[in-house]
Amino acid sequence: MLKTTASKFDPAAGVAAAARWQDYVLLLKPRVMSLVIFTALTGLVCANVPLNPVLAATSILCIAVGAGASGALNMWYDADIDAKMSRTRGRPVPSGRVQGADALALGVTLSLFAVGLLGVAVNVLAAGLLAFTIFFYAVVYTMWLKRSTPQNIVIGGLAGALPPAVGWAAASGTAPLNAWLMVAIIFFWTPPHFWALSLTTGDDYERAGVPMLPVAKGEPATRLQILIYSLILVPLALAPAFTGLGGVVYLAIAALGGAAFVTLAGRLFLTKQRGDAKRLFGFSIVYLFALFAALLVEHLAGLKPLALLPHGLLG
Amino acid sequence: MSDPKHESEAFRKARNGRNIALLIGLLAFVALVFVITIAKLGANVASNGF
Repeated sequence: MLKTTASKFDPAAGVAAAARWQDYVLLLKPRVMSLVIFTALTGLVCANVPLNPVLAATSILCIAVGAGASGALNMWYDADIDAKMSRTRGRPVPSGRVQGADALALGVTLSLFAVGLLGVAVNVLAAGLLAFTIFFYAVVYTMWLKRSTPQNIVIGGLAGALPPAVGWAAASGTAPLNAWLMVAIIFFWTPPHFWALSLTTGDDYERAGVPMLPVAKGEPATRLQILIYSLILVPLALAPAFTGLGGVVYLAIAALGGAAFVTLAGRLFLTKQRGDAKRLFGFSIVYLFALFAALLVEHLAGLKPLALLPHGLLG
Repeated sequence: MSDPKHESEAFRKARNGRNIALLIGLLAFVALVFVITIAKLGANVASNGF
């Protein structure tokens, strides 16, 4: 465990400063965790299956802890990259407050607890999907894609998109098309969201040698890709109103929010202003939150979904 | 150089904090497993009609 004989980080000696318990909480990326909790809860509620409140709470807890564990594994593996970027150099491992080995141990232990408990208490499908999510984020994205391809966050985004399907599976033991529709919305939302952020973070990724799209292909190509993904995302986000998942409120939010999203992406493409990238990044968070909040509220309130397509088509 | 006395106090405080957090985490896990067991037992009893 931690050596407690020095107050300053000394990489040569491998000695860390005293870690407070809050540093271990930071390893779990609480802000990412809160989005995971929200989308997983939406998936769980949208399954429309009565579930014991204790088991429902356990499911959300396991999904949140699993997401946190993959965050700790990411921080262990990426400490060298994080140390070079101004946005991340204050994280517990690169700043020397927590040793890398401790972050790894925390990530592995919490992963095992989260997947194991979800499998024993809820069901095996949900546990399997959670294990796949952790594996995809920690191994496929962090260890492989992030350092090797500009498409890193496109493919790696699947890990962040899966929680609604895990939540749905936890409630019902199945993962039907509507659950995967929620996954697809987050999946196609991630690239424009993240690339808009990376357009505003300057040369951070270049310094760290991470081939993010603006670094590898340049800013004009990134703005074009943002626009293309936005044009795929917005119609896709309307789809739940056709498949028996979203209602009138959802349709209105998806239509108005989608129009604003495409407008902001188009403006960024035309003006090439960093301020427009910031605006799109900020709005993308509000947009995704509003879509899932609409689904959550409609299902909690028992509002009827629209199902503009005939039933049976989607199983 | 920093004062070793002050340093060890800071480390002791940090370690105590970590230990208490671990204790709370473990107790919460035990309580959670207990509550889950009761919830699942209750559901099984109800479905078996006892």
